[in-house]
Amino acid sequence: MINVQLLDIPLSVDNCLQQVQDDGAGGTALFVGTVRNQTQGRSVVRLEFEAYAPMAWKEMHKIAETVTTRWKALHVSIHHRTGILKIGEIAVVIAVATPHRQAAFEACAFAIDTLKETVPIWKKEVFEDGEVWVAAHP
Amino acid sequence: MQLQLIAYGIARDIFGHSQLAFSLKKGQSVAELKQALIEQYPEFDRLASLRFAVGEEYRSNDYTLSENDEVVIIPPVSGG
Repeated sequence: MINVQLLDIPLSVDNCLQQVQDDGAGGTALFVGTVRNQTQGRSVVRLEFEAYAPMAWKEMHKIAETVTTRWKALHVSIHHRTGILKIGEIAVVIAVATPHRQAAFEACAFAIDTLKETVPIWKKEVFEDGEVWVAAHP
Repeated sequence: MQLQLIAYGIARDIFGHSQLAFSLKKGQSVAELKQALIEQYPEFDRLASLRFAVGEEYRSNDYTLSENDEVVIIPPVSGG
């Protein structure tokens, strides 16, 4: 089963984890991405996430489908936040349940790595003295 | 032909609009749209990448655009 959500309210790790619960799972890998307090020594005040929502959802779903077929995942759940986030808040939660643990680790790493390359979501870091769209320039 | 360009993130900052009509010659491709945009807004050329989506799918450089297409400018993504 695949569960993909794009939400403008705080994410629940428990909720994401519950989506992948299965008696046939030998392992469940969980990735939680949070807002860091600094980037290259500059203090971050907050992050602003913006998404091209329909396509972001579709691209996250594609990742979940790939994970399901390539790693024989029983369940995959990907939840991403949008809007304004404070330090320490959760930006993304990914849970993957597989029959054996090695596949869960690999699939979860693939999911977050691919999400960062393909899903149309943009993050702006707001500092005390300015703001930057993350990764925009080489 | 007229396209509707939709811009997110830094692309909106460069383009100056979140949505605006844009004229292109009939039958031109994504590559030609990219070139036209860079000519008008040189800042686009400084981005780490510049992709385009039509119908909620990424489209390659040789994709032929059609009248009234809604084209979304996708600057480097940074989710997660």
